[in-house]
Amino acid sequence: MTDIERLPYDVVVIGAGGSGLRAAIEARQAGWRTAVISKSLFGKAHTVMAEGGCAAAMGNVNPRDNWQVHFRDTMRGGKFLNNWRMAELHAKEAPDRVWELEAWGALFDRTPDGKISQRNFGGHEYPRLAHVGDRTGLEMIRTLQQRVVALQQEDAVRYGDPEAMIKVFAETTITRLVKDGGRIAGAFGYIREDGRFVLFEAPAVILATGGIGKTFKVSSNSWEYTGDGHALALLAGANLLNMEFVQFHPTHMVWPISVRGLLVTESVRGDGGVLRNSEGKRFMFGYVPDVFRAMYAETEEEGDRWYADPEHNRRPPELLPRDEVARSINAEVKAGRGSPHGGVFLDVSTRLPADVILRKLPSMYHQFKELADVDITKEPMEVGPAQHYVMGGVEVDPDTAASSVPGLYAAGEVSGGMHGSNRLGGNSLSDLLVFGRRAGMGAAQYLDWLRGARPSASDAEVAVAQEEAIAPLRRAGGENPYTVHAEVQQTMSDLVGIIRREAEIKTAITELEKLRERAAQVSAEGGAAYNPGWHLALDLRNIMLIADCVAQAALERQESRGGHTRDDFPGMSPEWRKINLICALHGDRVALTRQPMVPMREDLLALFDRSELKKYLTDEELPAVPGERY
Amino acid sequence: MGAKVTLRIWRGDAGQGALADYQVEANEGEVVLDVLHRLQATQAGDLAVRWNCKAGKCGSCSMEVNGRPRLACMTRMSLFEPDETITLTPLRTFPVIRDLVTDVSFNYAKAREIPSFTPDPRVGLGEFRMQQVDVERSQEFRKCIECFLCQNVCHVIRDHPENERAFAGPRFLMRIAELEMNPADTADRREIAQDDFGLGYCNITKCCTEVCPENIKITDNALIPMKERVVGRKYDPLVWLSAKITHRTPHDTPAVPVKKD
Repeated sequence: MTDIERLPYDVVVIGAGGSGLRAAIEARQAGWRTAVISKSLFGKAHTVMAEGGCAAAMGNVNPRDNWQVHFRDTMRGGKFLNNWRMAELHAKEAPDRVWELEAWGALFDRTPDGKISQRNFGGHEYPRLAHVGDRTGLEMIRTLQQRVVALQQEDAVRYGDPEAMIKVFAETTITRLVKDGGRIAGAFGYIREDGRFVLFEAPAVILATGGIGKTFKVSSNSWEYTGDGHALALLAGANLLNMEFVQFHPTHMVWPISVRGLLVTESVRGDGGVLRNSEGKRFMFGYVPDVFRAMYAETEEEGDRWYADPEHNRRPPELLPRDEVARSINAEVKAGRGSPHGGVFLDVSTRLPADVILRKLPSMYHQFKELADVDITKEPMEVGPAQHYVMGGVEVDPDTAASSVPGLYAAGEVSGGMHGSNRLGGNSLSDLLVFGRRAGMGAAQYLDWLRGARPSASDAEVAVAQEEAIAPLRRAGGENPYTVHAEVQQTMSDLVGIIRREAEIKTAITELEKLRERAAQVSAEGGAAYNPGWHLALDLRNIMLIADCVAQAALERQESRGGHTRDDFPGMSPEWRKINLICALHGDRVALTRQPMVPMREDLLALFDRSELKKYLTDEELPAVPGERY
Repeated sequence: MGAKVTLRIWRGDAGQGALADYQVEANEGEVVLDVLHRLQATQAGDLAVRWNCKAGKCGSCSMEVNGRPRLACMTRMSLFEPDETITLTPLRTFPVIRDLVTDVSFNYAKAREIPSFTPDPRVGLGEFRMQQVDVERSQEFRKCIECFLCQNVCHVIRDHPENERAFAGPRFLMRIAELEMNPADTADRREIAQDDFGLGYCNITKCCTEVCPENIKITDNALIPMKERVVGRKYDPLVWLSAKITHRTPHDTPAVPVKKD
């Protein structure tokens, strides 16, 4: 057994994207020594890829906006499967979190009266997204990064060491959480640069690892998205919630092949872009579902008028929630009305002057010009759906972000519940800020409560974690991890993708079983220093666990809702709405259970018309007294 | 099936290394990073390449392609002749960790020395008022994805590690400019830009601007205006006169102390 470096901390935040950094800032501001574990370099996390904006009902562009409207939109977008308390906290606290970023140096685009500008987005009733062109995520991560640096500068003055209170461990991966009598005691992992093993000894761990995109073949997610936090939580005994809900964002590049899955921001549509099929038809008008029919334009003329006069017109159906648009594009392509490379056309060139496109969508212009030789100011883009986000995640307490394991917290994409069955665009960046902060506060409260009685990691448990981590390097003659990974991705994309059927999911589960055995036997050539083959071999364990959760939950839920579409159960069922599907580990196998949804608080229920609630809830759940509004 | 291309890649670590040739399949529309991934998956599982978003947004996959600093994810294979050998080497300015990955911690250390954003403490949450035209200048610099290609190409430090202590490099001189032009910032960093961060070393050869994947006009819009502000501060007759009368010289926010080892 090689030496393991032991690093004592109060709080360990796994993940250095928006939620991780926000959580770490909060923990450090509460006075706790905090380690931030970053799988990549500091400031490179997947949050940089967020384009459109951060939803917060500041009411800067339309003063009618407020948290209640945002709450309603979020619940509608999630088809009422959301954890309503999370949706409430999110809608209420998002404005302060955005303004806080501004106080830390973020430079958002402005309104004519000098406030933070807000843009339209799918499913949001009013212009709500604070943005910086189409690079909002970069602005957010850089601001949080620079806030961490500012705190380190304070610590440099106070303690003579900038890393006295908050330190970022770049290119470091956690492979196991360690416990002491049921409580979190630390996190074990390796440092990429030289492959040495480290044990972070800390009573509080915050998971902020993002999503699971690398489980699928075509995904807009970066390489880090191997479901690490989801898997670490499962392995530590926590529950995952509603893992069947996977968001396929409607618009990504489809050509050239190498950039298939590269995100095309929803802002293109928010700012006026429209979707057309090969016949030149704006097909979205034919796909407005009943639950949304009253809110969307019925003619192109009305939709077009909405951009200038949203008070007297309804929005165009291109701005339906993402799940609806993705399914519609899928249907058009299947019906043979797709574009040459298997997508549809997204056109902004005939809708906006070239200079406006360049100002509002600079990254999109750049991306298409550099990678596809397409000038989006002159011709339409070819776009199609790809895996983008997972709504399912660690089951947490809404107020503190605590999981069921004492000392373990989760925030951002790795947590579940907030977005229900489908996340609205723009609600991710705000989610990171709101619940990143709450996770930091939750961990700080736990530490206050814990005081001196700190758990400690047993040598035996640490030794097991180390054995597991070193195994692929020692194993000779095993299979290539890249091959196994590619097959998992193919299986998931083909059989548990955007449209699902019972027989196919069952096939996937059988295939995954075989792949699991192969994944456990891969070997990595080379040594421990910066060895991507070894890293993938270790990530594979997580990918396999998560694929299993998604497939099992997808098989169980016999309805279609948000990011879960069953060809064999096309309707949305009020009975199924009352059920959360929980994944937990029994031994080394994923087991699924049903858990009743907590009924929504009456004052929140009263924010909706009864006629709308009837579309989602069972009769027993509806408020007792009939009337227009409750 | 695509045609085979020849990649000549530097393999090794801080101690030693050498160029190795590989024949790898390449398909239409691919970028250098695609071909590197195929190489990893089929022939060299342990080839160290730093990457993340593969969308030109995170600035991780910086390397030198035929000697020119580039992002591997934004370098299309169609740039090369079909029979051309493509040479991939790590960024030259920074110490090699392994293969194509370098130790860029110099940049993070410099970032920590620059006094942070300092707003007027009297401005409350949500009370900032700024015009678009006033934020646009700093916004251009905040497009920076920290790929450090400008740091790598800048001749002040590229072959002169002895200058690293006194020179922050274009990325961080631009960070100072960004804060100086931020309408909500109240600190003054003009003297330290010159004295502590080495703005004077820059002789505006514009190499940084040329390699910037975000097309930020680093030299024209950040470094030259910053030089003008420094001159304005140092030689402004009014500043000189007021200092004479009050016997007080204006002071910058000091640079943040570096950790003593």
